[in-house]
Parts: sequence; structure tokens; C-alpha cells
Amino acid sequence: MKENVVIRTISRFLVPFIQVYALYVIVHGALGAGGGFQGGVVFAASFILMIIAFDLPYVRQRFNYKWIVICSVLGVTIYATIGLLCLIPSGNYLEYGAIEAALGIPHLHGYLIDAVEVGIGITVMAAMTSIIYDISNKGGESS
Amino acid sequence: MNIKALFAVLFIGIILFWAVEDMPAFGDPEAPATQYTGELYVRSVLPDIGIENIVTAILASYRGFDTLGEVVVIFTAGISVVLLLRRGERL
Repeated sequence: MKENVVIRTISRFLVPFIQVYALYVIVHGALGAGGGFQGGVVFAASFILMIIAFDLPYVRQRFNYKWIVICSVLGVTIYATIGLLCLIPSGNYLEYGAIEAALGIPHLHGYLIDAVEVGIGITVMAAMTSIIYDISNKGGESS
Repeated sequence: MNIKALFAVLFIGIILFWAVEDMPAFGDPEAPATQYTGELYVRSVLPDIGIENIVTAILASYRGFDTLGEVVVIFTAGISVVLLLRRGERL
């Protein structure tokens, strides 16, 4: 069931801006207001807008169940892997300062926090999109 | 019945408004919430971590293990919805 052509055009126009804003919120987490949870939810909101304007199978062609499972596992894996990397220079788990002290790169602590936020954002985005897919799926034809 | 409910609501509301007077004022530097750990974090985030956002520093670095748990909770919630609502299909 497709909506009116005005709604479809406007939402097709808005979705890239929403996604760029979501990436900005995720990456800006170490400098100002923002973070992985908020950015992930904003990114999922762009998929929700697409589901409202177009129909569910159209969106699922572009971001299907297989990629949702891959993304939701990938985010947790990024976070846990960065935590494990901190064990190599004999730090504690998730002690990013150990990596910064071992490699001697300034501000690496902040970059690792950014990478962790990216992992959080990927998982939140995939989980929110998965929930929306399942509760908006009415069954029936090709959905 | 309704009179009793109204009475209970008014009673609790008056008690709450009475308690509001004892709350510290907004932005009060003498308030207990801003005195001990809050001041410690404000002083030590920039030398420790080197990023400006204190909230993110606490969330992702000081309480990093807690945040990992939150992400796993969200992941588990998504998987649970998949298992409950998409029963019998492949993932």
C-alpha cells in the first residue's frame, strides 16, 4: 500500500538528511550532546519513515532480515572487541587508557570511545528496525 | 468512592508540595548532588580521558562495562521480539 506521491517524494527527500544527522549524532558523542543510543534511534526513525511512506516489502528489499541480524551482532562485537583489545597492553577490560599509553597516540581514548559509540549505534539501529519490521508486519501478501 | 480518591490525591499532593520546599534550589552549588562525585568527575574527566563531554565520558569510559550490558540488553530485546513474533521462520 503506497501513500500519496507528495508523501513519497518528501520522505524520499528527507531520509538521507535524517541518516546524515544520525551519523552526526553518533560521531559527535564525545564532543557534545549525542551518543550511540540516540543516534541509533534517529537512524531507525529514517527506516520507520520509509515504512510509513512506502510499504514494508519495499524497505525490506533494501535492508533485509539477514542484514539486521548481521548488524545487531556486529555492534555488540565491535564493543566487546575494543574491550578485549585493551587486554593486550596489560590493561583491564574496557580500559582504553591502557591502549593510549601503550601506543602513545594523543586523544586515542576519545577515538576509542567514538568507535564504541558506533558499535552501540549499529546495534540499537538494527534492534529498533527489527522490532518495527515485526510489529508492522500484518502477514498476508508478500510481506 | 470518588470523594475518597480525591481526598487521597489531595493529601498526597499536599505532602509532595510540602516536600518540594526542602529540595535544593536549581543550580545550587551547595546541593549534595553536586558536591561529592559530581565535582570529582568535573575535575578529572579532562585530564583522565581528554574529551569534553562529561556524560559520554562517564557512560562509555568510567561505566563502560555497564554500557556494554545495556547494549547486550537491547540486543537481547531485539532477538526476543524476533523469536516471539516471527515464530517458526528462519532468522
